[in-house]
Amino acid sequence: MLTAPFEFRRASTVNEASDLLQQGTEVKLLAGGHSLLPLMKLRLAAPEMVVDISGIPELHGVSVHDGVVTVGAMTRHVEVAQNPVIQAEAPLLSKTAAVIGDVQVRNRGTIGGSLCHADSAADLPAAVLALDAQMVVSGPDGIRKIPASEFFVAPFVTALGAREVLMAVEVPAMPSDAASTYLKRPHPASGYPVIGVACWVGNGGTSVKMAITGIGSTAFRAVEAEAYLTEQGVNASSIGEAARLAAVHAPVEDDVTGYKRQLVNVYVSRALHQTMAGKD
Amino acid sequence: MPQVMGQALKRHEDIRLIRGRGQYTDDMTLPGMVYAKMVRSPYAHAKILSVDTQAAQAMPGVLAVFTGQDTKDELGLIPTAWIPPNSDLKMTPHPALAFDTVRYVGDAVAVVIAETPYQAQDAADQVQVQYQPLEAVVHPREAVEDGRPQVHEEIDHNIAFHWTVGPDLDAVFQQAEVVVRHEFRQQRLIPNAMEPRAALAQYNNATDELTVWVTTQNPHIHRFLLSGILGIPEHKLRVVAIDVGGGFGSKIACYPDEVVASWAARKLHRPVKWTETRQENFLITSHGRDHVQEVELAGTRDGQIQAIRVKAYSNLGAYLSTAGPGVPTILFGLIINGAYNIPHASADVYGVVTNTTPVDAYRGAGRPEATYLIERMVDLYAREIQMDPVAVREKNLVQAEAFPYTNPFGLQYDSGNYQGTLKIALDMLDYPKLREEQAALRKDGKYIGIGWSTYVEMCGLGPSEVAGAVGFQGGLWESATVRVHPTGKVTVFTGASPHGQGEETTFAQIVGQELGIPVDDIEIVHGDTARISMGWGTYGSRTTAVGGGAIHLATQKVIEKAKKIAAHKLEVSESDVVFEDGMFSVSGVPDRQVSFQAVTLDAYLAWSLPEGVEPALEGTAFYDPKNFTYPFGAHVAVVSVDPDTGDIHLMRYIAVDDIGNIINPMIVEGQIHGGLVQGIGQALYEGAEYDAEGQLLTGSLLDYAMPKARFFPRFETAHTVTPSPHNPLGVKGVGETGAIASTPAIVNAVMDALHPFGIRDLPMPLTPEKVWQAIQQNQGGR
Amino acid sequence: MPEVLTTVTMTVNGQSVTRSIEPRVLLVHFLREELGLTGTHVGCDTSQCGACTVLLDGEAVKSCTVLAVQAQGSAVTTIEGLEGTRLHPVQEGFWAKHGLQCGFCTPGAMMTAAYLLSQNPHPTEEEIREGLDGVVCRCTGYETIVRSVQQAAALMSEASETSGAEEVG
Repeated sequence: MLTAPFEFRRASTVNEASDLLQQGTEVKLLAGGHSLLPLMKLRLAAPEMVVDISGIPELHGVSVHDGVVTVGAMTRHVEVAQNPVIQAEAPLLSKTAAVIGDVQVRNRGTIGGSLCHADSAADLPAAVLALDAQMVVSGPDGIRKIPASEFFVAPFVTALGAREVLMAVEVPAMPSDAASTYLKRPHPASGYPVIGVACWVGNGGTSVKMAITGIGSTAFRAVEAEAYLTEQGVNASSIGEAARLAAVHAPVEDDVTGYKRQLVNVYVSRALHQTMAGKD
Repeated sequence: MPQVMGQALKRHEDIRLIRGRGQYTDDMTLPGMVYAKMVRSPYAHAKILSVDTQAAQAMPGVLAVFTGQDTKDELGLIPTAWIPPNSDLKMTPHPALAFDTVRYVGDAVAVVIAETPYQAQDAADQVQVQYQPLEAVVHPREAVEDGRPQVHEEIDHNIAFHWTVGPDLDAVFQQAEVVVRHEFRQQRLIPNAMEPRAALAQYNNATDELTVWVTTQNPHIHRFLLSGILGIPEHKLRVVAIDVGGGFGSKIACYPDEVVASWAARKLHRPVKWTETRQENFLITSHGRDHVQEVELAGTRDGQIQAIRVKAYSNLGAYLSTAGPGVPTILFGLIINGAYNIPHASADVYGVVTNTTPVDAYRGAGRPEATYLIERMVDLYAREIQMDPVAVREKNLVQAEAFPYTNPFGLQYDSGNYQGTLKIALDMLDYPKLREEQAALRKDGKYIGIGWSTYVEMCGLGPSEVAGAVGFQGGLWESATVRVHPTGKVTVFTGASPHGQGEETTFAQIVGQELGIPVDDIEIVHGDTARISMGWGTYGSRTTAVGGGAIHLATQKVIEKAKKIAAHKLEVSESDVVFEDGMFSVSGVPDRQVSFQAVTLDAYLAWSLPEGVEPALEGTAFYDPKNFTYPFGAHVAVVSVDPDTGDIHLMRYIAVDDIGNIINPMIVEGQIHGGLVQGIGQALYEGAEYDAEGQLLTGSLLDYAMPKARFFPRFETAHTVTPSPHNPLGVKGVGETGAIASTPAIVNAVMDALHPFGIRDLPMPLTPEKVWQAIQQNQGGR
Repeated sequence: MPEVLTTVTMTVNGQSVTRSIEPRVLLVHFLREELGLTGTHVGCDTSQCGACTVLLDGEAVKSCTVLAVQAQGSAVTTIEGLEGTRLHPVQEGFWAKHGLQCGFCTPGAMMTAAYLLSQNPHPTEEEIREGLDGVVCRCTGYETIVRSVQQAAALMSEASETSGAEEVG
């Protein structure tokens, strides 16, 4: 499988990338390439120009300021998984990145590339939703922030403007008492999540956040379950009802057999149990 | 000289393979080489209205674009090579490039030849083909119904053949105390050898010879077929397969791609390379299995099986592939009684053409379909009469003293002790204790299951006389030449064509043992029609039994001649010479001796040879086995099922096999493991699916679940050794046993676990969703 | 569109190479076609099988999903470069424990294994099996690959005990 021909450019600044995006109708940004290249090899995508943004210094690096972890868009999954800052401040993100694809994929794929590709069956959307992350985006009108909850519009569609470049993901640091889980059921062939549940519980049980990917057309927050658990506290008896609520309200389609909702129920329950078991 | 037969020697072939020095077809580069890219039909069934190649021809680097119109008068049709007798088989003319009708997604309609693979692909995208889509048919039993679209005009009701064996058993079934009926779907599988197929053809216009490097399990069969299709005489055609990256049956067939690459190479006077993508592999390389089986078993209330019969609809795909028709007939129907002494059996098989990828051999080829049928039926029967499935097996297995055992179709099972392997498996498992644990766990809402498979299979294909009688259009003997060089080093030429099975090592062990020379002094040459006179290839677990048999005989010829020379040198009569551990000595005078190497040198110098003995030292043998071989064994799987998700967890897998004598236990274990994983893959993960229009829905590794490392526990293996009397080495063959035995063991285990839910059977693969759904539907009956 | 060639320079198995290529050339094709390093294989189109795995700046990546131009300035190690003066412990392990049959997925499996051991010199069996998730082998059933990796780990720890901290992978 070979891609169609394209013009190759390297951008050294975000502005340059943004300018190049304007040069034609079919310009694609290339990060690690693990979302874009497979499509191009199947000739499902045939951009006229491919702009390599992996060398843009502004898109690299992980830092923490004022309780917010900033993860550069070009941070690879392996780095997100192993970065001590992320592990300390937003462990849910690390746990999620650690089970994306396989070892080789994690060594190459980037957080920015994956999020912008917005595959409905990707792992990361669950984590960034559950963490109330913000997408820091640079475009012709300057820099703006898009909340994760508004970022994933539809399968393979994000709120990113045509000339905008995702620069970083800002993740509010998790409370120091937080426990978290990303529980994934990998598809036996693709390794993508059939369902992935990202959740964390903190602030003495008053903060309960949960998002689910893989099973709907986009990842979503399990708001009913969150509200119930916040009210009831997370314990063995409330988890069952929360899982049921999550399943009932999950925006799943084509669930003729009811299996998808069942998976939501089971995985939400297991993820919460695992989270509570992870607390001291 | 240490014993080398039976030793776990490290593999000779690995020396190149672990260093990236293997030479697979796509690794070859020739000066002036150009690349072929096929233009393939996106429709499963359509009329070709027009093919416009103009734009493609004008693309950079393009040498030529050919269509079916260009090739149809220059190339013969691709034939099937297996015509089961008395089955009224109708040929399915298969042009290398379709010119009028396409019959499956992937059927080639044109080829682009360009300077680089990238240019070839770019231009292929520019070939404009106009199709008139036709209604497609994909399911084998639906395809025979009235009013369905016909895949080939000349094949009424899409029935390419109707093959039956065995008598009418209606009376037996009418009188039986117990009759169990069930329908099984042997789902379609995609072999997915990791090396995609490839071909590289080079025409030499000085000698008028064509050389084709191709991913094949049987280069001589390829030469034979290509010769006819291309109109090139065999002595001007050379087929080479150096390293081949797995086959599992999918590299037996002769495909349009190598035909077209060969034809284009001669036409253009440029070497032409064609390599399939994985996507193409899914669409065009032969698939396996795909039966609907309506099965009936008759027995007594106390567990005696009296009869088994099947009516099967076997999906052969759009065209009859090289060995396609033999798989669901001879290799399936004749062994549906399995390892059991069942007096009555019959099989009735419809070979059906559909708008799908052609179906041919896939690891086990027919025998997994038969073994699944009988092993599942035994379990269903055991349930019906409320007997333990092991007890039913013990009661019906062919007894050790009954060998050679003639089955209801006249196959003569060579040797065995079926109870012996079962006994070992029972002990390894601690069966009674596990049954107790199972009962206890069920009370806690935990469901584990134990599944048995006491199989026998027929392999070591096979006696040529039988091959002829069953319609295989070839022989099944094997050739070997053992050429001893003047220094005592040895080159062995084998007609078998191993592609991962390790015979470069195993065969060297045979020769090394028999000649008493180091295995490092022996090179095994295979896969080249220019170097090897003839051979029938590697499939049907025949390589060691038949190819190894030929090597043994050729080696014995070498020894026989060397002995004459040694006797001459030692000045004694030949009958006084003993050959042991590489030394010829005088009987009773062990220090009067001469080494094999010294005798070899004498043979070449030829200064003083005994009367009537020719110079040089080599032996050639053509070995035709007297019969098939029949490996057997007892496999047992232990699974747990999670009723919340339908997940199946494989807890233990025990395989006790008897494959006759073992030459290299390490290689044997590897073959068993590989087979197990493929068989378990069929049970739990793998399955090709088409939609009603004939589009393959599982067309990539993103959709088609190949087993991965994390799916499995460690396997527990053991052996008994019952040599086969049918070949001089006493071996039986091991390449397919794992794939044949494991599928029903797994499904039997899952059904055992699901018994409390009242579930008798589920179609493979047993995906979690299917299992969960069945539990939901049956919760009421709990 | 016209083909515009671009120059790429990288270090492959310790040697600097520079070529003018089309930007669309995949790293695996660059290695195989431009450099003749055919030990790296193409087994699929969708980044599943891992037969094409090489080390890119010391990390296992699937070279079918990397453009050669993306490896600009990087160091690539292929199976041909895995061994030094003697076989790499991973090669020894695969040979001793029958970690291969047809050998086609093997270079990728070995490069993956070498990377895994460089990250985790004493993996559990579960970690090995998880680590092999990006490797599809149709022949072995994986257990002998697992044993091969364990054997390699043992050889490497023996080597580091005898010769101090030796860099491998």
